[in-house]
Amino acid sequence: MKNIVLALAAVAGLATTGAQAQNYPTRPITMIVPFAAGGPTDVVARIVTDHMSRTLGQQIVIENVAGAGGTTGITRGAQAQPDGYTIMMGHMGTHGAAPALYPNLKYDPAKDFAPIGLAAGTPIVIVAKKDFPANDLKGFLDYMKTNGEKVNMAHAGVGSVSHSTGIFFNSVIKAKPTMVAYRGTGPALNDLMANTVDFMTDQIVNVAPQIQGGNIKAFAIATPQRSPVLPNVPTTKEAGLEGYEVSAWNAAFAPKGTPPEIVKKLSDALSKSLDDETTKKRLLELGGVIPSATERTPEALQKLVESEVARWTPVLKAAGATAE
Amino acid sequence: MGDLLSNLSLGFSVALSLQNIGLAFLGCLVGTLIGVLPGVGPIATIAMLLPITFGLDPTGALIMLAGIYYGAQYGGSTTAILVNIPGEATSVVTALDGHQMARQGRAGVALGIAAIGSFFAGTVATLVIASLGAPLTGLALIFGPTEYFSLMVMGLVFAVVLARGSILKAIAMILVGVLLSTVGLDLETGEERMTFGLPFLSDGIDFAVLAMGIFGIAEIMRNLDHTEHRDVVRQAIGRLLPNRQDFKQAYKPVLRGTFIGAMLGILPGNGAVLGPFASYTLEKKLAKDPRRFGRGAIEGVAGPESANNAGAQTSFIPLLTLGIPPNAVMALMVGAMTIHGIIPGPQVMTKNPTLFWGMIASMWIGNLMLLIINLPLVGMWVRLLKVPYRMLFPAILMFCCIGIYSINSLPTDVMFIALFGFVGYTLIKFGFEPAPMLLGFVLGKLMEENLRRALIISRGQLSTFIDRPVSASLLAVAAILLVIALLPSIRKGRDEVFTE
Repeated sequence: MKNIVLALAAVAGLATTGAQAQNYPTRPITMIVPFAAGGPTDVVARIVTDHMSRTLGQQIVIENVAGAGGTTGITRGAQAQPDGYTIMMGHMGTHGAAPALYPNLKYDPAKDFAPIGLAAGTPIVIVAKKDFPANDLKGFLDYMKTNGEKVNMAHAGVGSVSHSTGIFFNSVIKAKPTMVAYRGTGPALNDLMANTVDFMTDQIVNVAPQIQGGNIKAFAIATPQRSPVLPNVPTTKEAGLEGYEVSAWNAAFAPKGTPPEIVKKLSDALSKSLDDETTKKRLLELGGVIPSATERTPEALQKLVESEVARWTPVLKAAGATAE
Repeated sequence: MGDLLSNLSLGFSVALSLQNIGLAFLGCLVGTLIGVLPGVGPIATIAMLLPITFGLDPTGALIMLAGIYYGAQYGGSTTAILVNIPGEATSVVTALDGHQMARQGRAGVALGIAAIGSFFAGTVATLVIASLGAPLTGLALIFGPTEYFSLMVMGLVFAVVLARGSILKAIAMILVGVLLSTVGLDLETGEERMTFGLPFLSDGIDFAVLAMGIFGIAEIMRNLDHTEHRDVVRQAIGRLLPNRQDFKQAYKPVLRGTFIGAMLGILPGNGAVLGPFASYTLEKKLAKDPRRFGRGAIEGVAGPESANNAGAQTSFIPLLTLGIPPNAVMALMVGAMTIHGIIPGPQVMTKNPTLFWGMIASMWIGNLMLLIINLPLVGMWVRLLKVPYRMLFPAILMFCCIGIYSINSLPTDVMFIALFGFVGYTLIKFGFEPAPMLLGFVLGKLMEENLRRALIISRGQLSTFIDRPVSASLLAVAAILLVIALLPSIRKGRDEVFTE
């Protein structure tokens, strides 16, 4: 008798989970953004989820859980109930560079998540102070060859996008500038504009206004195509540098074990949001790159995560960068 | 000048639309109410309320967010005065004399002078931004790591002056504060320091957590260990608003505070935090009887509150003219602007003149709203003190926990306020002042980072601090201040020892 009750209960349980997936979502969804409100990832998350909420018929609430280069928030997201009501916005750092930077990382970017889809990429731009004695990437690289030790490179702190991409840049051009750490992009840019430091690599959304305003100069953008926001800035390839194409991508993930039907619903909503004219326009204004239909799928994102971990780990380990 | 007037009239035509006035009012009101919650400062408030601005046009949204910012800032001072819980670094100073005034039944006067001083400072700061915004931008760029380090040294000297009792104890507390600020990831190397391998310490100790524990929770514990005295606060309510005598004492501190705050607000890297401390130090030095400070001197509320508000406004200058946020609140405003499709940068002024001047005009309107909202509320806040303490303190405790949890959504933060509360209580019992420790904590991090940055850039040349004129003069001022501060207190310290 007892066994029958248990079996019945189990069947009933299964039935309800099935129904739950079908009716999903019946209450607001929390999206963990692992950075402070107002940062580039937060902005992308808020723009994209605005339209997703309308498709899903439930509000997606952004919860900012900042700390340890985004790994605090992602750790919490990975350990959340896999019921589709807690999802997260990961990025190049949390799902690419983190395993190298944080040896005690509590999650595996490639194994502990159910990928939902790529949201937007923000290209990396190589920028220098106004008074820098070179005017294009070639001149810059020549200067670095002879004066590399004298040059100061700014970054927004160990574990930040500008730090990881900067280390990668140095390894590609085989230079060893002196690294100067700042707490965030704002103060780093301030000193770059004041000619206190020499150059840095950072996301287009942070540097584009200063380039347009003539306060700093841009040598190249690390994408295959030029950006409509900075049409005069050549790509790294055009400027003669091979092997440096980087984007600080943002992508949505659910915890591992989230029912596939729910992941599909979320993924479809994300894709629909990226096709929406208003969403598109807002992301493009930021200099964002909108992924194509094939790049948006969960499968494509899984591949991207695996290739990014494989790309960042050796680069960062060789530079001895850790954040623990 | 003609330009300025036409720009301002453009700004006011935008800001005075019915919708925008409504949004400014709503922002200030909501900001004040949420900012009053212990621990919930402007950053947490804006982050929480950011989504509700999504449906608005960018100008309206920014006017509302700016209103929330001033409101939360002011609300934080209210909490500091009423229950001695500073929500952020800038209201630590307000708590010193403001809460003493409240204990003496002058809570209404303290709140009133804070509101009026803030309004005056806000008006002046708005004019400064409108007329001198662009040229003053240069100031932000003059301040590199070297200058910043020297400024922080000067700031630490203020901390010495801040202390009420023994100078030795004050210096000890400053050093403890500096030490606490080094907990967490080292910015340059990414190594963990003093975290005992605990993950929640790797980002360091949050200011709000430390301040709430050391001030707020400790205050509750102290009140509970001698219940009979606590009733002082609720017996005498006193006048609600400042009278002529109060104004006479307060107007000069307000003027000086406004000037100091407005200047420091422009600096990058959170220079505005120094404003209230600098103003307090100055007032204490100028006062005929410095012993009144820390015991409910109205100048100790009027000056710092004006400096606080002036700095809060002028910190918009680097954001509006350069697109560089000088502190965390402004970084959040950058995010808010980007979400609304305006990427802050040097072009905002020319590309979106209605937004730019509309926002400046709305600053003044926001300040006016704050005065209109807060003067009537003073009565309500003061009546809150009439609630018997045995009923009030569980509510304060609960709001503290909710407030601190809402900032980072970390349960460890809640446990930490309990720990720091216990530490704070012990410190009070041994006669150590928590305020210098908090200043040491705020400045310590900035000081260390800028020292290392400056030395890295100069390749280890210490002379860089003297070679650069701005840095050298700041260090000189610090040295002079230190001598002035130390000489009498050393002498007095001896006297006190002998009289005891």
